[in-house]
Amino acid sequence: MSRLSELSWLPAAPGDFAERCKLAVVADSPQGAEIRKLASHFLDEAKLNRLARVIDTLSAVPGALHPLMPFRLAITSNATTHFLTPSLIATAARHGIALQCIEGGFDQSMQDALDPLSAINRARPDAVLVALDYRSLLLQSMPGDAMEAERAITAAMSQLARIRDGFRAHCGAPCIFQTLARPPEASFGSLELALPGTSRQMIDELNRRLASTARGPDLLLDTAALAESVGLDKWNDPTLWNMAKIPFSDMFVPIYAEFVCRLIGAMRGKGRRCLILDLDNTLWGGLIGEDGLAGIVLGQGDATGEAYVGLQRAALALRERGIVLAVCSKNDDAVAREPFRNHPDMVLREDHIAVFQANWNDKATNIQAIARALSLGLDSMVLLDDNPAERGLVREILPEVAVPELPDDPALFARTLLAGGYFESIAFSTEDRSRADAYRGNALRVALQERAPGIEAYLRSLNMSIDFRPFTPAGRSRIAQLINKSNQFNLTTRRYTEAEVARLETDPDCFTLQVRLADGFGDNGMICVVICMQIDDAYRIDAWLMSCRVLGRMVERAVLDEIVRNAQHRGIVKLIGIYAPTERNRLVEDHYINLGFHRVESTDDGVTRWELAIDEYAPRNSIIAVHRSTSDDAEP
Amino acid sequence: MDKNIDARLTQVFRDVFANDSLNVLPQHSAKNIAGWDSLAHISLMLAVQRAFRIRFSAAETTQLDNVGALMALIDSKQKR
Repeated sequence: MSRLSELSWLPAAPGDFAERCKLAVVADSPQGAEIRKLASHFLDEAKLNRLARVIDTLSAVPGALHPLMPFRLAITSNATTHFLTPSLIATAARHGIALQCIEGGFDQSMQDALDPLSAINRARPDAVLVALDYRSLLLQSMPGDAMEAERAITAAMSQLARIRDGFRAHCGAPCIFQTLARPPEASFGSLELALPGTSRQMIDELNRRLASTARGPDLLLDTAALAESVGLDKWNDPTLWNMAKIPFSDMFVPIYAEFVCRLIGAMRGKGRRCLILDLDNTLWGGLIGEDGLAGIVLGQGDATGEAYVGLQRAALALRERGIVLAVCSKNDDAVAREPFRNHPDMVLREDHIAVFQANWNDKATNIQAIARALSLGLDSMVLLDDNPAERGLVREILPEVAVPELPDDPALFARTLLAGGYFESIAFSTEDRSRADAYRGNALRVALQERAPGIEAYLRSLNMSIDFRPFTPAGRSRIAQLINKSNQFNLTTRRYTEAEVARLETDPDCFTLQVRLADGFGDNGMICVVICMQIDDAYRIDAWLMSCRVLGRMVERAVLDEIVRNAQHRGIVKLIGIYAPTERNRLVEDHYINLGFHRVESTDDGVTRWELAIDEYAPRNSIIAVHRSTSDDAEP
Repeated sequence: MDKNIDARLTQVFRDVFANDSLNVLPQHSAKNIAGWDSLAHISLMLAVQRAFRIRFSAAETTQLDNVGALMALIDSKQKR
């Protein structure tokens, strides 16, 4: 199946989907937000149907679907729409809409439109989806006869105009016309495109005319583009048509419903307006804080570097159509801005970015600050981030923010973002073109207000598990690699060669830790290294460093617990911590004070020395499950 | 009959007929299951096709007398 038909930008449905549906039905508080949350996953038809039943039940209870916005959509078609409506109702909730569907008579579009007492006209819908396909418009192939073909196309267009005029006169609703997906059968082969009067030519021509007439209150649904994107051969299913007049393969019902509901959302002003970009491994490959300007992967001449250029171009194109760009990254501000200022292959520059948040706070709090600074609602925001734990955190704490799933391959980032359809709009004006410029140029850094609540609960839900073991031969090369490339979360930035690391494995005065972290998203591998040297009755922490990928997970607390636990076994009475500042490690300036150490000394070169008494220590970690082993035998 | 088909088919019936406690037996037919009309039959055929990643011809979907026949049809499609 194609990625489009599986809506690959949406996270998989939660395991308790059915239970949550049941709970929503019996709850006595408004369920709109919960239903929208459920709808914001990829739902197959069975799940869409289930959710639609919940919405259907709750729609009878006043206020139960708050804050979803009501919308009444009529559907007139030459095909069976019965199987489509539940998917439309469930998908609309994804876009903040409480949808009610009114179906016209089977293959009776003209009667639906012209009879003032038709079910649709009486229902006074907010819009009518004119879901006609190529079979309905009498575009019989007449190869070579340009005049007859023109006559048929004109007749089809006037048929559509009569439908539009009927609805406009009798219920006042705008029409959503869909372009026609052409059948893949082509009796002439390639000549089909060149020869007047072929079905290929006539359908193409009709679509062009539709596009130029469906303006003003009426709207265009580009079904032809959708069908081509997923593949006409799969879209057109003659068996289903013959069996039950089903207009296209049922595997595309979820994505078709998504296309329709985006348009409805855009009619109600639900299109999103701001794209928030993570930096490391999202806008470029690698970590700017670790790899430096010359080390990040970006630019032509390298397949991966070109992939990130592609994403930056897509972001810039969005900005040119009025989408405001912002940055949210865990980095030092000056370090994060450097590529924007000095990297020759950056497409995005600081003056493209309205708000630039690079700090070490959690992203939920930062996104709230961005929304406030731009005076935009959280439901206007899209966050693009390669890190699944960050995505999960923002989805959990700020469910209004759209956070697309991203594939591993950065070459697909731009396509995935755009396939998500977050920025659907029904018009484009000169104001749109200049809107992003209104936020121009400042790459503003804004102050954070209070920390978003709920982070600890989210961390608990990650089911993190940490593995502690001393230095071992199997871990040796990764330990040396971490020691020699970590710059940011690194208290002393003291480097050790692999041979030195090997010696520490058996040094009796030395206590070492290699630390691995796994969570619900998978195994992060080795993420932290600690080296303690025993000096009399104290441990001096010569090295403590960690991958920034697991920042904000309270891993430090679990690591300190482990150091103290070992110290107690060895009769150690205090820990001595050292912070040696570099240009890169400001992040851990307050590391020891945050963990309850007392400062005992600071020298002229900025180095500070800290102590912690073992006998006053109470364990800090209550979130991460701990496993430990003493050798390579136990697999992490 | 293949136990695996049995369990998955039961889930399909539960989804299509919106009844999480529905149990189906091979001798069941449209007469025994509430709501099994012609539209529901199409829904059921589509859902079975998706769940088992198989395809039916129009003729195959109209020749099914009961659940057992449907199971046999699924089984034969999967063996192909």
